[in-house]
Amino acid sequence: MTVTDDRPASVLGTRRLRKEDPALLTGEAKYTNDLALPGALHLAVLRSPYAHARILSVDTSGAAASPGVVAVYSGADLADTWGAPMPSAWAVTADMKNPAHYPLASGKVCYVGDGVACVLATSDAAARDALDLIDVQYEPLPAVVDLEDALSDRVVIHDELGTNSSYTWDLKVEGHEGQVAEAFANAAYTVSERFVQQRLIPMAMEPRAVAAVPQPFGGDMVLYSATQVPHILKVMVALTLGIPEHQMRVIAPSVGGGFGSKLDVYAEELLCVALARKHKVPVRWVEERGENTVATIHGRGQIQHVELAADADGKLTAVRIRLLADMGGYQQLITAGIPILGAFLYAGVYDLPQAYDFSCTGVYTTLTPTDAYRGAGRPEATYAIERAMDVLADQMGIDPMELRKRNFIRKEQFPYTAFTGLTYDSGDHLAAAEMAAEMADYAGVRARQATQNVPGATKLLGIGQASYFEMCGLAPSRVLASLNYSAGGWEAATVRVLPTNKVQVVTGTAPHGQGHETAWSMIVADRLGIDPDDVDVLHSDTAIAPLGLDTYGSRSLPVGGVAIAMACDKVIDKAKKIAAHQLEANEDDLDFAGGSFTVKGSPDRTMPLAAIAFEAFTAHNLPDGLEPNLEAQVTYDPPNFSWPFGTHICTVEVDTETGQVDVLQYVAVDDCGNQVNPLIVEGQVHGGVVQGLAQALYEEAVYDADGTLKNASLAEYLVPAASDVPPITLGHTVTPSPTNPLGVKGIGEAGTIGSAPAVMNAVIDALSGLGVTDMPMPASPHNVWKAIQSAQQGASK
Amino acid sequence: MKISVTVNGTVHESDVEPRTLLVHYVREVLGLTGTNIGCDTSSCGACSLHVNGEAVKSCTMLAVQADGQSITTIEGLAVDGEMHPMQQAFMENHGLQCGYCTPGMVMAATSLLKENPNPTEEEVRIGLEGNLCRCTGYHNIVKSVLAAAAK
Repeated sequence: MTVTDDRPASVLGTRRLRKEDPALLTGEAKYTNDLALPGALHLAVLRSPYAHARILSVDTSGAAASPGVVAVYSGADLADTWGAPMPSAWAVTADMKNPAHYPLASGKVCYVGDGVACVLATSDAAARDALDLIDVQYEPLPAVVDLEDALSDRVVIHDELGTNSSYTWDLKVEGHEGQVAEAFANAAYTVSERFVQQRLIPMAMEPRAVAAVPQPFGGDMVLYSATQVPHILKVMVALTLGIPEHQMRVIAPSVGGGFGSKLDVYAEELLCVALARKHKVPVRWVEERGENTVATIHGRGQIQHVELAADADGKLTAVRIRLLADMGGYQQLITAGIPILGAFLYAGVYDLPQAYDFSCTGVYTTLTPTDAYRGAGRPEATYAIERAMDVLADQMGIDPMELRKRNFIRKEQFPYTAFTGLTYDSGDHLAAAEMAAEMADYAGVRARQATQNVPGATKLLGIGQASYFEMCGLAPSRVLASLNYSAGGWEAATVRVLPTNKVQVVTGTAPHGQGHETAWSMIVADRLGIDPDDVDVLHSDTAIAPLGLDTYGSRSLPVGGVAIAMACDKVIDKAKKIAAHQLEANEDDLDFAGGSFTVKGSPDRTMPLAAIAFEAFTAHNLPDGLEPNLEAQVTYDPPNFSWPFGTHICTVEVDTETGQVDVLQYVAVDDCGNQVNPLIVEGQVHGGVVQGLAQALYEEAVYDADGTLKNASLAEYLVPAASDVPPITLGHTVTPSPTNPLGVKGIGEAGTIGSAPAVMNAVIDALSGLGVTDMPMPASPHNVWKAIQSAQQGASK
Repeated sequence: MKISVTVNGTVHESDVEPRTLLVHYVREVLGLTGTNIGCDTSSCGACSLHVNGEAVKSCTMLAVQADGQSITTIEGLAVDGEMHPMQQAFMENHGLQCGYCTPGMVMAATSLLKENPNPTEEEVRIGLEGNLCRCTGYHNIVKSVLAAAAK
């Protein structure tokens, strides 16, 4: 007898096409603003044109008389509506100063875009038309635009706080505080740099949209929102408005990108729910792009003072970091915590002894609040250490690649307990760097550089590298507790095998482009031995998926995906009891493979999962005491973060006459452990790389001295187009994570973390022969040209 | 104002306010919400559709200007439930993530190939520069369009 194994090879690791795509490609997918809601009133919000002003009066009478207008409210009119101020979930220190922040301002406005009044009307156009008829009298106050100016308290924004400093958060290594000063005193080399992380506008292509729909009888409310965090939003809306949580249902329909900007609880979500309750009709709101640029959170916004100490070989001996972080006018959901998420990464991928000293002060300005933006604290940290490493290499006169190799945590040191107490799960930085160097022809570019970058040349070649860790998979709940975060970091999953052997997976993750329906189906298919097309993934509706903590921080796979795999295993355990009972075998004698249980040594005694699912449903012949149906729920709290890593290498040519930077090649080698679907992994890296590259070359929220955003539209804020970015060459090493059963790590933010420093290192490298040692991001033609001029003026002095 | 517009092969007689943009007409009057709105400055291209076979940002046109014209939206691209080769190419090459820019991108890309059936990679990048995407870094969008051209 010949036995052929006709079981399919695992679907895990295959480039399976996305099941999400047909609906998105044909226009059938529904985003929040696509929902048909008969009888809905439209909300429009009047926003402050001043960065800082006292509101003297609000006259809504003209607007109230405008055609189609149902109601007009000022901030004062709604003051009694709020059970609590807008939520801030991350008081990083016990004494953090956090001004009360309401959906509409009443006494004072603190940034351009701060809501002061709102209109409800029968159409969006009628509501927006009426905004022009609201008469607000302001007493303008001085704007606070600059972080160091904010710190000086020259103008105090929130009178009740008495200062613009919100908090100072320190990370020192207990028992080793003296080592830092000692290391600097004994260093062969020291680096001291000041870097600016310019403010960025996230610009998800779908602006925010909200619809609150009261349900018949009893006060239930359904809130539709273009959000990354339906579960968090449900809790926060319930708390802020005093609605019993079980009467709130939040649904995130198709969501058009987030990048952190939809990881928040926004004024308009609270306004729609409050006004839908008040008027007992659906209330909807959609953001215009011009509003989005001022009323949706911004990212980054830091001044970084970075100091490195190194011995004669360039081995790092100490890192000292002083940050000023821009909160904007108020705390949003996790504003204060963003720089803290980077606090553990300022020594990058290097084997640093205990000598680490980090301190961050968060300050208020009269600008749009900041919050999570792709990478959230970690791109900033990686930029600082990776730029500083290049400065150190330059000082030592050695190749920056060589300096990194001397400092990498070595493969055999993993799992590696860092000075912070965190354990890095697995890694091989040298392998990733060497692969990237080979793919980028690092040696070849250096040779070409020697012939091309000669005195008088106007097209200069540069090559830059960044090696990174992405501390992600947020997060072990106890670690979050130690950081004073208000929630946990677990994720929930339910796997339900239906009577006909089709499977429903209920996940607490909330995808908005990441392909969870495809990837989660693949995990279940692999585990249960079924076809991924027989799996339906249910998500982003708190009535269907009541437990979850949503999607951010590259957590969905290493936390949510792992929960699904574990729930599958629990289902298999239960199915095994039924199979053992029906096959009259001992559970220990059963093997499960390819979707069937088989008695060891008796291949004819077999029972497929399909048969067990039906038996579990009829419950006619189950083992004594076993509950009917085949379903398991798991809540997984990860024991560690996941630590993806990699090396990116960028090659540029800089035109010294125009300041134009031309990216000739971009190589990214990333290691996210085992890959569920390489197609999706690659897409995440491509998009991430371009977002980081955009910070390096194009993007910056530009404010004038009055605190007015000068590039508040997509016509003026340079989100790169296809013609502005290079093709990207990808490589991968695979170092599975030992901390979860899938061996996976996150990949959502890695591209963004590696790319900004790689690009900037390349630009500075190209210009190093002209004496340029640093320049502010973005490396726009103007900034490049200025850097060259100032270096040459310095040289001629 | 009364207008008569052929949309995805069906003639629609409508009475619209003169200020109504074409994008609002197809979304709100006809309920064709596949055409998305991403900006208010005609920068992002999310609302691209075809007017007489050529890609147009539908926020740059008034509905009344479409009187007597033939419009195709993303909903009209598939034939008998079979996706257009460009839609298929986007699926096969992972040319979309969140999908919000996708309808506009697909409409712009089909129009591009009509003008230039065998574009180079650079021509695709330049040809699509009026359509912004925040998810893909364009890498797989360009790949999708080149794959559709090769079909």
